[in-house]
This record gives sequence, structure tokens and C-alpha cells, in this order.
Amino acid sequence: MQSALDQVLERARLAGAGRVHAIRLRIGVLSGVVPEALQFAFEVLADGTPAHGAKLVIEDVPAKFWCAMCDHEFKATRMFAECPDCHHPSAELRAGREMELTSMEVD
Amino acid sequence: MCKECGCGLPGENPVGIDAHHHDHDHGHGHDHHHDHDHNHPHSHTHSHEEADHDHLHGTAVGKHRILEVHRAILEKNDRLAERNRGFFQARGLLVLNVLSSPGSGKTRLIRETVRSLGKRLKTGVIVGDLATDNDAQRLRESGAPVVQITTGTVCHLEAEMVARALKQLDLTGLNLLIIENVGNLVCPASYDLGEDLRVVLLSVTEGEDKPLKYPPIFQSAGVAVISKMDLATACDYDRQAALANLRHLAPTAHVFETSAKTGQGMDAWCDFLVQQHKKLKTLNPNPLNV
Repeated sequence: MQSALDQVLERARLAGAGRVHAIRLRIGVLSGVVPEALQFAFEVLADGTPAHGAKLVIEDVPAKFWCAMCDHEFKATRMFAECPDCHHPSAELRAGREMELTSMEVD
Repeated sequence: MCKECGCGLPGENPVGIDAHHHDHDHGHGHDHHHDHDHNHPHSHTHSHEEADHDHLHGTAVGKHRILEVHRAILEKNDRLAERNRGFFQARGLLVLNVLSSPGSGKTRLIRETVRSLGKRLKTGVIVGDLATDNDAQRLRESGAPVVQITTGTVCHLEAEMVARALKQLDLTGLNLLIIENVGNLVCPASYDLGEDLRVVLLSVTEGEDKPLKYPPIFQSAGVAVISKMDLATACDYDRQAALANLRHLAPTAHVFETSAKTGQGMDAWCDFLVQQHKKLKTLNPNPLNV
């Protein structure tokens, strides 16, 4: 979270912004990030910075795998990925590990 | 502070790096900010739920602006990890990032690996723990050069810590670098260190379903080592279930069943490392290893 906040504050500074009102993040379900923990860490860290009180908007990114046998992408319903058609496990994760700062709202 | 668990509160013990017993703390943060940011305010007027957030700050006047960023949160770590990777490649070093829960037998596996490899691969070790250099001392028994990173309150190693530790390690003639991460099955999964191979340990004492409980780390494994095989019978270890669970999460991972205590499976594991190093050599036949 510190790295996310550093990015936010740096961006805000460069844009000449006074305050940060909202921060939008895309977090993959397989990234290992727990949104509640993120929220908590954010509140602790943002205290006393221009991002204090900003709203964290977290967009979940579902896990998508690719099945080499069937040559198609599928969304994993559980944490481990089995192709819904051929039931082979997939090793190729195509989405779901993202941790991205998408945008922020400042004034 | 780490994004998942909030470890490493600001202002607490800085990361320490110790090659031996001399206590010098390099407390300088290398912060190269190459930011080429265009300073134009993007005044996109999309309507998003602007109306509904509570403005706790009474001084906010005028319209809010949206700044589009689209950058990975761990971009800095990823960038530094790539730098490490380039450095390792140039030197022809095979690098392992060894991960597991605390007490799975990482240190012992590494110590015995160094011993078994003997002259086949000259090995150096970087070991991370929150505190103490006990593991470094254990590892030095193998004869390998060892650098201990003490992370203070941080629950994982980061690329930058490894880069700093490298400065303390004599890399002359080394073929293999083993990085023992902090014992933790959650956060280290997100931090690339620049390694060639991620090695995740699962000891037979931990339960066969550990991979199902901690999917991200097992999913990211290039190698899974099942450790403490000598205790398999004593703890009613269900081999089929463990292998099936690993296969499910990491279908392409190489799996080794070892006991660092009895030596079971150590030959296959060490042969594998030698093979991997050979592969690396075909990619870079003339490494800068002087």
C-alpha cells in the first residue's frame, strides 16, 4: 500500500493538486491482496497526507486462465483453474494478478 | 508497509544487511525517480459517482479532476527485479527464490543442497528473516558465502533488498545464488526478486491441502519441493492427495520429494539444478564472471 500511496502522492504533486478525493485500483483476485487489509493500511498511511480521507474504490479483476487443449480462455470460479470443458488444469494465468492504480480524483 | 498485510510500519527498524559480523547499516534509500510526467491536467468530464462521496474536507472548492494513471502498484519493485535479472544473466548466475511457510525446512534444504552440489555448482546464499542471523550461521556451515538480510517488520524480501545484499556477496566464480525468502506463504508471492526459478516448499508435516489454502504462491511456483519426507509415515502424509493438489495449482511445476536429513531425493534435485544451470549457459556462453 505504501507504494500505491507514494504513486498517488507523486502524481498529485506533479498535477499541482491540493487534495486527493478518490483513488481507483484494479486488484486481481489472485494477487493475494485482501481489500479490507488494503483499506486499513491506506487509512493508517494516508493520515497526514493530501490523500487523507480519500475514498478507495477497488475494482476486482476475476481470474482468467487459458486452456491449451481447447485453445480458449475461461474464468476460474475457484482459486485453482480447471478447464470447464476438458477438465485439464491450466498453468497459464491471463488475468487475476493485477494490482494497478487506475485513476485518481483530485482538485 | 506491505500492501497485503500491513507489515513494515513506517519508522520502524530499517532493513539490515549483514555479510558477516560487522555492523554497518546502509540506511540510504536508492530512490531514482525517473518520472517523465506530462503536467497537463486531464479535465475529463466523465460522470462517475461524484455525487455520492462524502467530502470530509470542507475546503474543497470547484470541480474535481480525474488523473488517469494505469500503473502497476508494484511497478518499482518489478523494475528493480528486472534490473537484478539482467545482472544475474550477465554473470551467468542461476538464481532461486525459495519460499515456504516458517519451519518447512528451507534453511536445511539449502544447506544440504550446497553440500551435495559440492564443486558441481559454486553456490552463494542470501537469506531473509525479520530478525537474527541464526539462519546465516547455519548456512555458513555449508561453506557457502552467506549474506543475511534482516527485514525488521517486513514480511517478505523485495528486489531492492536483494540488490543491496548483492553488494556484500563475493560473486566471483559463483554459478548458483539461492535466496531464502522470509517464511511466509502470502506476501512474498507478489514480489519478484529477479530470480530464474521460484521454489516453493511444502513439508509433509503441514498437511496436503496447504496448496489449496494458499493458491497464489503455489501457482507462481516453477518448482515445488516436498520436504521432510522422512517424517511422511509419522504424520500420515497422503502422498497422492498432496501431489494432486500441487498438480491442480501448478500443473507445470517440477516436483521433487526430498528429505534434507536422510538425503532422499537430494540427488535428483541437485541434478535438476545442474541441468538448469547448463541451460542458462547455452543462452549466455561467456558470462561476466570474473
